Amino acid sequence: MKSKKDEIFEQTEIQEESVTTTVAEVTEDEELSIEEATDRTISPTRMVLKRFFRSKLSMAGLIILLVLFLFSFLFPLFKFLPFVWGEQEQDDSNPVVETRVNPIEVEGEDGTIHTVYVVEYFYRTNYKAPSATHWLGTDDKGFDVFSRLMYGGRISLTVGFVVVILETIIGIILGGIAGYFGGWVDNLIMRIVDIFNCVPNFPILMIIGVSLEAQEIDGSAKLYIMMAMLTLFGWAGTARLVRGQILSLREQEFMLSAEASGLPVSHKIIKHLVPNVMPQLIVSMTLGLGSVILTEATLGYLGIGISPVYATWGNMINSATNQTVLNLYPNLWIAPGVCIVLAVLAFNFIGDGLRDAFDPKSRR
Amino acid sequence: MSDLIKTNELESTTVSQEHLLQITNLRKYFQINKPFLKKNRVFLKAVDGVSFNLDAGKTVGIVGESGCGKTTMGRTILRLYDVTDGQILFNGMDITKLKGEALRKVRPQFQMIFQDPYSSLSPRLPVGEIIGEAVRVHSIVPKSEYKDYVIDIMRKCGLQPHFFGRYPHEFSGGQRQRICIAKALALKPKMVICDEPVSALDVSIQAQIINLFKDLQAQDNLAYVFISHDLSVVEHISDQVGVMYLGNMVEFADKKDLFANPMHPYTQALLSAVPVPDPDVKMNRIILHGDIPSPANPPKGCKFHTRCSKCMDICAEVEPEFKDYGNGHCVACHLYSQGENNNK
Repeated sequence: MKSKKDEIFEQTEIQEESVTTTVAEVTEDEELSIEEATDRTISPTRMVLKRFFRSKLSMAGLIILLVLFLFSFLFPLFKFLPFVWGEQEQDDSNPVVETRVNPIEVEGEDGTIHTVYVVEYFYRTNYKAPSATHWLGTDDKGFDVFSRLMYGGRISLTVGFVVVILETIIGIILGGIAGYFGGWVDNLIMRIVDIFNCVPNFPILMIIGVSLEAQEIDGSAKLYIMMAMLTLFGWAGTARLVRGQILSLREQEFMLSAEASGLPVSHKIIKHLVPNVMPQLIVSMTLGLGSVILTEATLGYLGIGISPVYATWGNMINSATNQTVLNLYPNLWIAPGVCIVLAVLAFNFIGDGLRDAFDPKSRR
Repeated sequence: MSDLIKTNELESTTVSQEHLLQITNLRKYFQINKPFLKKNRVFLKAVDGVSFNLDAGKTVGIVGESGCGKTTMGRTILRLYDVTDGQILFNGMDITKLKGEALRKVRPQFQMIFQDPYSSLSPRLPVGEIIGEAVRVHSIVPKSEYKDYVIDIMRKCGLQPHFFGRYPHEFSGGQRQRICIAKALALKPKMVICDEPVSALDVSIQAQIINLFKDLQAQDNLAYVFISHDLSVVEHISDQVGVMYLGNMVEFADKKDLFANPMHPYTQALLSAVPVPDPDVKMNRIILHGDIPSPANPPKGCKFHTRCSKCMDICAEVEPEFKDYGNGHCVACHLYSQGENNNK
C-alpha cells in the first residue's frame, strides 16, 4: 500500500513539475511577444483613420484639398516656368488704352447737320487674353491671374487654418474651464459666449473693414486684424461645444476614478477630458474651415476684406463687381470662384467623413 | 450648515490606532433646491449618521436595497464627496477635512473599484497607461521599474502582459473589471472600497473576480469595504457585515453572528429573501410592503417603522439608538432597547 501511495505521490510531483515548467515557458513566450502583440492592437485613432479612408467621399475631399495645397504652396516655387509669375509682377508689355468713338449728330445754326466725333479715353489697362505665358490672362493691372490664384490660395487657406486653430485654442481653454469648474466661472464665461453669439458679426466685420480701408492701414497689418476679428467672432461656438462635452464627461465614472487616484487637475483635463472631446472638436474644426474661407471670400468680394496688395480668392472675385470685367473677362473671376467652391466642398466632405468615422454606430 | 452641526452631538471618540478605518457619525446631505432664503433649503439625507470600524486585512460588507446610500457612503469615505458632518479616521489620520494637494497626496492609500467596468475606464487610453498613470504621478516605483511593475500587477490580476498596449474597447466585462482592480491595486493601497464590483458581471465571472479579491487580500493584507446588494456574495467575502436602510446603519455584526442571528426586523426580512437552492426547503419569507420612503423626507422616529412588521408606538416617535448588544453586534431597534429598559 505504502509503495503505491508513494508512487502516486511521486507521479503527482512529476506532473506538478511539468506543469510549472510549461507555465514558465508560456510566460517567457509572452514576454517576447509583448512588443509584437502591442503592434497588432488597434488604437481608437487608427480605427477612426481606417474607417475614414474607407469612405469615398472623404477621400475625394482629401484629394481635392491636397491638390489645392500643392497648387498654392508648391507651384509658385517653380518660377522658371514661363507661366508662373510673381505676385506683384506686372506684365505691361502690351498696355491697352481703350478708346471709344461716339459719333454725335449736332444741328448747326444754319440748319445743317454736323457729325461730331466724341473720343473717350479710358484708364490704361493691361488686360490680356489667355495665352501660353498667361494661362488665364492678366487683370487690369497686368498681374497674371493664374499665378495670383496660387498666391490667393496661400492666403485664403492660411487664414482659414490660422483662424480655426486660434478659435479652437480659445474655445478649449474657456470652454474647458467653464465645463470643468462650473459654478460662477461657468456662468460668467457662458454669458460672454451669449454676448458674442448675439452680436451681428457680419455688419461689424464690414464696419471694421471699411474703417481700416479709410485709415489706409497697410496690407499685412490688415491681414492680421481681419484674422483676429474672424477669431473673435468664431470662438464662442467652439467654447460652447467643448463645455457641453466636458459637462457630460465630468459625470462619467472614469473621471471619478481619476479623482480617486489622486491625479492633479491639469493631468485630468489634458489626459482624460481633452482626448475625449477631440473627435467632436476635429469635426467642428474641419467644417469651420470651410465657413471661415467663405466668410473671407464674402468680405473679399465686397472689397472690404484683405487688401488687394495680397491676392486672395475673395478679393480676386471682387473684380466681378466691375460690369466690363463681368461681361468681357470671365477668365478673371471664374477660376477663384471655382477654387473657393472646391475648397469649401472638400472641407465639408472631410468633416462629414470624420464625423462618420468617429461615430462608432455608423459602421458602413 | 452651522445648525446642522449643532444638532449632531459628536460622540467624543478616543483615537485608537488599532482600527485602520474609523467612521463616526458620517453624514452626507445633498442640497436639492436653491431657495432664496437659507431656511427653505431642502436636503436629501443620503447618508445620515453611519459609524463603523474596519481593521487592516479585514472585509466589511455593506448591504441594503437600492437607494439606501451605500454608494454615497463609499464615495464619501474616499472623500470624493465633501463630508457634511462626522469624522473619518484613516490609519489614525483625520481625512474628514483634508483638501486639495494634501488630500491628493494621501489618495493612493485608499482606492475604489467602481460598479460599472464599462464607464470607469477612459476609452482613449491604453490599458498600461490606465493602470500606470497614477503610479507615475505618485512615483510609487522608480521610473526604471515602472513598466515591469505595471506588468507585474497586471499578471497578479489575471491579465496577460501583452494587454499592456491595448485599449479598453477590446475587452470583455470581466477583463475590464480586472483592469479596474489592477488600477486600484497598482497604487499599493491599504484599503479598497469595492462598490458593487461584481453586479455588472455574470455569475461565473463574479466567482472568479471574488476569488481574485480574496487572493489579493491574503497577499497584501488589504482591507475591503465591500458594498453589494447580493447577500450571498457578501456572506462569502466579508468578516463583518453592516446593513443599511435609508442612509442609516441599522445593524452591524460579525458575519456569522449576523447571518445566524439577525436582530433587526429589516435584516430578518432581507435574509429571508435569499433564495435557497433546494426545492424542499419551505421558505418563510417576510414580505416588506410599501416602497422605500424618500430620503429627502424620511419618516420620523425609526426610519423603518413604516414597513416594519414589529412596529410599536415608540417607533414612530423616537429614533432608536445604534447600540452594542454584546459581541460587537450593534443594532438600532427599539425591540431590544425596551427589553433592556424593562430588565433594569
